[in-house]
Amino acid sequence: MHDPFLFSPLTGVAAPRRCLLRATAALAVAPVLSLVSGCAAPGVTRRSDISPTAPAATLASGDIALVNRVAWGASATTAADFARRGRRDWLASQLHPAPAPLPVEVQALIDATSIATTPFATLVADMETTRRDSDAKAKEAIDTTAKQAAQQTYQQALTKVAREASSRSLLRALYSPNQLQEQLTWFWFNHFNVHQYKANLRVMVGDYEDQALRPRALGRFRDLLIASATHPAMIRYLDNEQNAAGRINENFAREVMELHTLGVDGGYSQKDVQELARVLTGVGINVTDKTPNLKPEQRTLYVRQGFTEFNPGRHDMGEKLVLGRSIPGRGWNEVLDELGRLAAHPATARYVSGKLAAYFVADAPPPALVDRMSRAFVASDGDIAVTLAAMFDAPEFAASLGAKFKDPMHYVVSAVRLAYDERPIQNTAPMLGWLARLGELPYNRQTPDGYPLGESAWASPGQMATRFEIARAIGTGSAGLFRRVGASADAPAFPRLASAFYFQSIEPTLSASTRAALDRATSAQEWNVFLLSSPEFMLR
Amino acid sequence: MQRRDFIRRSIAAGAVLPLATGSATLFAAPAAPARVLVVFLRGGYDAASLLVPTSSSFYYEQRPNIAVARPGSAADAALPLDTDWGLNPALRDSVLPLFEKNEAAFIPFAGTDDTSRSHFETQDSIELGQAPQGRRDFQSGFMNRLAGVLGAQRSGGSAAAIAFTDQLPLVFRGSLQVPNLALGSLGQPGIDARQSEIITAMYRGSRFAGAVSEGFQVRTDATQALAGEMVEANRNAITAKGFEGEARRIGRLMRERYRLGFIDVGGWDTHVGQGNGTGYLANRLGELGKGLAAFAEESGDAWRSTVVIVVSEFGRTFKENGNRGTDHGHGSVYWALGGAVRGGRVAGKQVAVAPTTLFQNRDYPVLNEYRAVLGGVFARLYGLSPAQVQTVFPGSTPTDLALV
Repeated sequence: MHDPFLFSPLTGVAAPRRCLLRATAALAVAPVLSLVSGCAAPGVTRRSDISPTAPAATLASGDIALVNRVAWGASATTAADFARRGRRDWLASQLHPAPAPLPVEVQALIDATSIATTPFATLVADMETTRRDSDAKAKEAIDTTAKQAAQQTYQQALTKVAREASSRSLLRALYSPNQLQEQLTWFWFNHFNVHQYKANLRVMVGDYEDQALRPRALGRFRDLLIASATHPAMIRYLDNEQNAAGRINENFAREVMELHTLGVDGGYSQKDVQELARVLTGVGINVTDKTPNLKPEQRTLYVRQGFTEFNPGRHDMGEKLVLGRSIPGRGWNEVLDELGRLAAHPATARYVSGKLAAYFVADAPPPALVDRMSRAFVASDGDIAVTLAAMFDAPEFAASLGAKFKDPMHYVVSAVRLAYDERPIQNTAPMLGWLARLGELPYNRQTPDGYPLGESAWASPGQMATRFEIARAIGTGSAGLFRRVGASADAPAFPRLASAFYFQSIEPTLSASTRAALDRATSAQEWNVFLLSSPEFMLR
Repeated sequence: MQRRDFIRRSIAAGAVLPLATGSATLFAAPAAPARVLVVFLRGGYDAASLLVPTSSSFYYEQRPNIAVARPGSAADAALPLDTDWGLNPALRDSVLPLFEKNEAAFIPFAGTDDTSRSHFETQDSIELGQAPQGRRDFQSGFMNRLAGVLGAQRSGGSAAAIAFTDQLPLVFRGSLQVPNLALGSLGQPGIDARQSEIITAMYRGSRFAGAVSEGFQVRTDATQALAGEMVEANRNAITAKGFEGEARRIGRLMRERYRLGFIDVGGWDTHVGQGNGTGYLANRLGELGKGLAAFAEESGDAWRSTVVIVVSEFGRTFKENGNRGTDHGHGSVYWALGGAVRGGRVAGKQVAVAPTTLFQNRDYPVLNEYRAVLGGVFARLYGLSPAQVQTVFPGSTPTDLALV
């Protein structure tokens, strides 16, 4: 029987077994371990640290670097998937993901949350009830403490829902076979950023991520833009609820042009912002089951999609002039058409391609690469998978592998993926804590520009010192990741960093000074800490 | 090593100051390198409950339930500062003594020209300190620019500036590498000295070498500077908690090693049941005051050359709302504390608190725009040239309130 785990289709050599044997043999002669090179672990590595159940696939170092970049960090499971499919098929499967189940125990964690068991509409309606109850109790309360307690009930309910969503997001980043889709879901949330602590957005961010962004993350940019722009989370975040004919609020229009489509140098003027704001008038939110009072001729123009409402009574039906093009007042379709035009604008192709390249290739991506991606974007009518395929095939992409600094999200997720590949965690709270300390918590960027993508934002002294503390938390034990919700104690779990996968795929990429540091570890725990603290592990 | 660094910085600052101070502001320049701590009250604190307009009958009309009583009229009445203003009684034992020693000043009607009344928008605009027109650069905060102007660089390439926060705040983002250190959660470092040395060795020659060694250095500095804390805590048998504990740590660290510091304190968004001379807001002000007094105490001799500036994104509505609280407003009251401060007074442009002087018929107006006020403070404190002030606050004209 052909076993792709042991006999790599790439090399045809049973390298994993050889490596395992060498490592195991080394253990028998622990005192002279320092003389053994190659796959050798330090003398402190125990046989039990090396997973006997998941022999790793052997990948060439370039392939490992590719997996590391396209996924949320390399793991034995993802590397095995790559080895089984080969580069071309694996990339195709990432660019055009088929529905892929999560591990059963991970899915069970998600299924137990209120965001999984309660439809979005019910969740929002329930939250409105909680708010009204809290307000009423606060009004009745005589003393300050009781008033605050009443208000807190509502706030805590909101926070719980947002935490469930961020937990689901992390679990998918860790365990979804569709790793590229998960990275892009994070990328697009950041591109079309909303902040969870504005108004009641905490009840909306999960639906925004899961229903508006994730399904379209590798689809057409226009669909993504429209899904974002017409989701109540975005409408509320950028104040388009307040945008009405005669009482223009430019906030949303400005950010759509500056941050979502054309880019700040995209060639639009303040006048264009004002005119686009007029186009967007009337797009708002309605959480009630009532329809606004409209004149008879307006009634046919009224649109309701979930909580998103187009109210023709608030829409400016006059003619507008956006980017030199005249737009007659038509209502909802006028909004959709104008968003579509912005999505198809050449400046958008360039801006979006540049930002994807900044995320996946380099902080300042090579202009030739961005050119090629822009052309692919335009030729494919804004197909994100096609644009990314052009990037993956480019020599600049290959040349950049292993050189990009991980932002905190990449650091934390890749560390847990490497440490606990085959054993799904039970609790994401420690990860959320680490991301909070590092300043990149999901949904928590206040400003519409999203978290910065560049190294300068994340490689500060305080950040590095905190990373090493987090490396220590992950490297020395289970860190609370296996404490089941509601349980007081953590289930014992030791990270399997010194795995067969490490010896085959990671160790060969380490510098002499990193190896020297690993050799100085006095315990298996410390060895883990050093590996997760190494310069190589900060890069992807 | 740290001591040598410290001395070197002192010498550098001492040598530079007199040269740069070519103006009449020379008399104010202190001998020791001046320290500035900016305290940001996030949430928009109700300034009218801190600095109470006790001579305004309008104030008492507009706030039937949440006004702080006129001095002498009740047990929790305002503490008189002058004929027009009183201080919240929660600050009796902490900030009032500083005011009486002329080491505290209040600047009413202070704030920004931003009228969005949005917390985030206004906090950002204050931290960035950029010209109100034009595109915001989210990678350039005014304290980073100030650190750059002061040339307060260590040999490692970073400034003697630090944010005592979980994340590097906007105010310190920019071209200089400024560390951040959250003191509230600072425990024994999990990475010991031997491990730090091994990790640092891994980074030798990499582009992260500077950040890694600086990161460990900041932790080591903090641990060393705070080593006495454990001894004292045992002796006093009470551990200072909350803001006071953090403020003590900040006092020690700034005394020992830093010239520019930043911390933020939350919990000021009092839409509901804020209280008056007692209650929720008074408790918060009391904690803040205790922390600032503790900071002063821990600063020791360095207090003489220290300025603490307390700011907030906006003031709150002058009239109380239906929930015995206040909503987002405009003008605020900023504080300046420190041995270097010419205090004991309420400073800056003022108007009588009356219906006709409210901004948009609801808030304190802003008469003392914060960039002009802080630019004036920095110019005097550090003897900055007009061009240097322009770097810190582009397009702003400094106002000299002679606060230092």
